[in-house]
Amino acid sequence: MGLVVLVVSMAVAVRIGVGAGWAEIGRAAGGRLGLPVVPLPRLLDSLIWDLRLPRVLLAALVGAALAVCGAVLQSVTRNSLADPYLLGVSSGASTGAVVVVVLGFAGSQLGITGGALIGALVAFGLLMLLLRRTGLDSSRIVLTGVVVGQLFAALTSLILLSSGDADSIRAVTNWLLGSLASARWTSVAVCAVVLAVGLLVVWLCSAALDGFAFGTDTASSLGVDVRTTRAVLLVTTSVLTAVAVAAVGAVGFVGLIIPHGVRFLVGPLHRRLLPMSAVVGAVFLVWTDALTRVVFAPLEVPVGVFTALIGVPLFLLVLRKRGEL
Amino acid sequence: MRIDVEDLSWGVPGKTIVRDVSLAVEPGETVGLIGPNGSGKSSLLRCVAGLRTPTGGRVLYDGVEIGSWPARDRARKLAFVEQTADTESDLRVAEVVMLGRTPHRSRWRGPDASDHEIVAAALERLDLTALADRPWKQLSGGERQRTHLARALAQRTAGLLLDEPTNHLDVRHQLELMELAGGTPQTVVVALHDLALAARYCDRLVLMHRGAVVANGHAADVLTAPLLREVFDVEAEIGRDDLGHLAVGYREPVRR
Repeated sequence: MGLVVLVVSMAVAVRIGVGAGWAEIGRAAGGRLGLPVVPLPRLLDSLIWDLRLPRVLLAALVGAALAVCGAVLQSVTRNSLADPYLLGVSSGASTGAVVVVVLGFAGSQLGITGGALIGALVAFGLLMLLLRRTGLDSSRIVLTGVVVGQLFAALTSLILLSSGDADSIRAVTNWLLGSLASARWTSVAVCAVVLAVGLLVVWLCSAALDGFAFGTDTASSLGVDVRTTRAVLLVTTSVLTAVAVAAVGAVGFVGLIIPHGVRFLVGPLHRRLLPMSAVVGAVFLVWTDALTRVVFAPLEVPVGVFTALIGVPLFLLVLRKRGEL
Repeated sequence: MRIDVEDLSWGVPGKTIVRDVSLAVEPGETVGLIGPNGSGKSSLLRCVAGLRTPTGGRVLYDGVEIGSWPARDRARKLAFVEQTADTESDLRVAEVVMLGRTPHRSRWRGPDASDHEIVAAALERLDLTALADRPWKQLSGGERQRTHLARALAQRTAGLLLDEPTNHLDVRHQLELMELAGGTPQTVVVALHDLALAARYCDRLVLMHRGAVVANGHAADVLTAPLLREVFDVEAEIGRDDLGHLAVGYREPVRR
């Protein structure tokens, strides 16, 4: 059911803003698949195939990856506010990616992804170092994460201002806020492979993720190898976050919003929560991106701005529910 | 299952919390662990459960040292119920009890029919069948405690470690729980505050003080006025109540 919604959403999203009907989209896709269809004019064909389609696919993949990261982090940290963006991991990935861009490897998607990955892991390492006394499931994790995020945001600005010219600063800033405008097939491919592997890895840890609900001692007494499982999960979320950030920049709050909504639908058990979060996260980002294109047209507003506009009220709602506001 | 603890010590930097504890628990025995707050009961249980690595000495299950056992193998031998294990998650009672099946399940498959049967039996045994679909947040303290115990039973282990399982329980459920712990063929080590309850349901009592074992034996030999004065700093009268159970009465503490 969820997958049908996803496919339909993507199809509609491809159509929105292209100015083409279903027939044209069908012809573009059919032509590529070698079906006997009347070919489209080159410009329209390129618009659909080289710009719109990868953009929608990338939105789906990134939405899925971030939602899964949020669900995993919320379980590992036992904190319903955990999200790669709020924990500073996305900022770390941004810094890593910007360093690679400034060093002059901007053309290579793999280079940027690698830089983002190193940045994400460094941010995670720093977070764990700062929390080593109180433990990862400390209630201070979000506060500490915000501090780590601020540090990396400052580093990113410093690197940008000290090296870039005005044009590249503008481009990178737009990307930092989370923009799908630059989606290409290479990033779609990288994202698809990493998401498939990452989702499988975390899904196989479902029982452990459920077990973390009552803390590490209970999890360990249930047969979960806490240290190894945690390391596997944190590295996997770092990789997923890094790939998402390298592809579209730091889109915030998806990892916070989606798992909360999905828990209402399918309950807190991760065997169902993780795949459902992936599907709903994908649908969510496809629609948010389509909306940003339509609402602010012809202006290109980064999708991260929009997810933040939706995410911040939800963040406050969760805080309120926990009695902290 | 037989549990042996040999010269076990554990502590945090600068503070030894468990000191040279040696203890043998026979198969099927129910051993009560008593002692004041901070005497090291919980820490000892965590070491025995394999959740803490001892700084000295070792723990053996059925004669085999558990030092390098994978968590999963430990969890198939021995279940552990923490004193307070709370969650923000919206798990339901039956889902919490299903967590007990974790060490027996493959990563690839969800719970199967036999898992559901075992969970249903554990719920039944703790009088929780009617609450099976209730979310954790709506449970009382006692219901949460019983859910954890059902979860430990669903783990189907030969050994069971319980840390203050009767906290939050009303009298009826305290008695039922202790009857269950004392009556099960499992080897049970249970930390308790209520001395009379410990005396009534445990085969043997182990009295801890400042991390060390100071007495180990039958209730009548462990719960003596001099020992209770030394360990708990109270003046106690030990006698029998009208039902013939060992009873402990306390005098007003002397203000110093």
